[in-house]
Amino acid sequence: MTTTLPTPLLTLSGVSCHYGHEAVLEAIDFEVSGGGFTGIVGPSGSGKTTLLRTLLGTVTPTTGTVNRADGLRIGYVPQVETINWSFPVTVAEVVLMARPQRPFAPWATTRERAEVADILERLGIGALGRRHIRELSGGQQQRVFIARALLGDPHLLIMDEPTSGVDVRTRHEVIHMLADLNTKGLAMVLSTHDLNGIATHLPNIVCLNKRIMGEGSPRDVLTAEVLEQTYGAPMDVLEHAGMPIIVDRASDWADVIALRTSA
Amino acid sequence: MITAGVIGSSGVVDVLIDPLRYEFVRHALVVCAFAGGLCGLLGVFVTLKGMSYIGHGLSHAIFGGAAICAAIGLNFFVGAGIWGMATGLGVSRVTRRKLIAADAAIGVITTASFAFGIALLGLYSRVKQSIEATVFGSVLGVSTTDVLVIIGVTIATVVVVVAYYRPLLFTTFDSDVAEVSGVRTERIDALLMLLLCGAILTSMKVLGVTLIAAALVVPPVIARMLTNSFSRMLWLSSAIGAGSGLVGMYLSYHLDISSGATIVLVNFVIFAGVFAVTGPRALRRTAMAANAANAAAVGTGPAAPAAPAGAELSLEPRIGRV
Repeated sequence: MTTTLPTPLLTLSGVSCHYGHEAVLEAIDFEVSGGGFTGIVGPSGSGKTTLLRTLLGTVTPTTGTVNRADGLRIGYVPQVETINWSFPVTVAEVVLMARPQRPFAPWATTRERAEVADILERLGIGALGRRHIRELSGGQQQRVFIARALLGDPHLLIMDEPTSGVDVRTRHEVIHMLADLNTKGLAMVLSTHDLNGIATHLPNIVCLNKRIMGEGSPRDVLTAEVLEQTYGAPMDVLEHAGMPIIVDRASDWADVIALRTSA
Repeated sequence: MITAGVIGSSGVVDVLIDPLRYEFVRHALVVCAFAGGLCGLLGVFVTLKGMSYIGHGLSHAIFGGAAICAAIGLNFFVGAGIWGMATGLGVSRVTRRKLIAADAAIGVITTASFAFGIALLGLYSRVKQSIEATVFGSVLGVSTTDVLVIIGVTIATVVVVVAYYRPLLFTTFDSDVAEVSGVRTERIDALLMLLLCGAILTSMKVLGVTLIAAALVVPPVIARMLTNSFSRMLWLSSAIGAGSGLVGMYLSYHLDISSGATIVLVNFVIFAGVFAVTGPRALRRTAMAANAANAAAVGTGPAAPAAPAGAELSLEPRIGRV
């Protein structure tokens, strides 16, 4: 059982990051609270991955400070596109990678096997431990990597575009599973390109384009003004079943629509 | 080369026993078996990291170091080892920065070292004789010391692989996440390079600079065609490598062909046999593993997309991130 840490778990104060002379993040102030669920949205190259890596501690800011709660454990789920699906490894072997430090231990102990089986069972893939990772569906594959992160008993789960490249049904499956884990007290930060499918469902959103353009609930942050500042393109915000829906501004597509109607 | 005229009456026993009358053949059999097994073991990491070219590159780089050692009278293992290690770390560093793909980094760094060795050959004619044996491989000069060195290096390598099995597996599978999870991946990569240099240095005498790459690549490829498990792939590849070394050495003796060539040919025959049985599908997954590792190494593209087998959900075609 994860011990509770004092909140905030992580605090970024005035953080800037540069690759060479180019600024990737500028003057970022950001907090990750215990039990929080934050989505980071922004265009490609806006610094989402760098922000995640700064939270993980693999990128050192050029300026500013990062404060972590003592004893903070972070689980990381990479993008599925970066996974080598042809690697000769089973589901259970992937999950066990969360315990990399034990020397002279090529094989899992009885206790480790039980822990892996338990976590796979909790995520609904208990029967798949011996399967090769390539033989799973998209949602199952995502669960394997979440299981690996959870085996480290983290206080915070950081995910890089967890629904990138998956179909609608898989996206639903993943977001419901994450919501379930969050209600059990696990704090989460994820990056996503999917404004309507993911971001509008989250309790907290950060709009990022090197700087934080807005932070708060979807209703407060997903406005035409903030979205245009973030993406550099005009967008309209509609409402459907009490939730914001983001669409491209129709006037911006007039020339394309004209092409279609003339054809 | 060895004359095969000593083979007496027919029979498998004679074929196996007769060569053992000679001490240098006994030495060579041990060295070839250990060299094959050692290369097979480390080749698993090399091929899965998409660095199949590293064996070829490092052996050529070590050739440069060997030339310098011969020219200045330095011990071969010390001088060439340091040279090879420096080259390996250079390749590793360039690759980790993801500026260029691993194969390009290996091509640039190791060919420069090889060219340096060739240049030394031209300047110091007395170097030439000892270097030729290094290029093509020879069992004639295998000494008791060589036997002890390769046994020692193999035992040390197995101990290190067992001790660091988990970080080695994690780093080979996903270096970025391994680092986030607390694995010191740069050290693990350096350790792998150190082991690889040791394997190449001790195997080069019998396999030769030009053929050692095959001993590092072919056994893991065969093993990958036979299994989906990493641990099984490790011992299968080692066993195939050791078996090829032993059989190849016997063939070398009886057919009067260089040991490096016969070992590689035995590897190829096994590959062809496994391919005939398992079909191109098994071979495809080894190619995809290497391609995916290469793509991940330079951060350019997606890994091979998942192919759900009888699953209820499927992934749409994946698009590389900008």
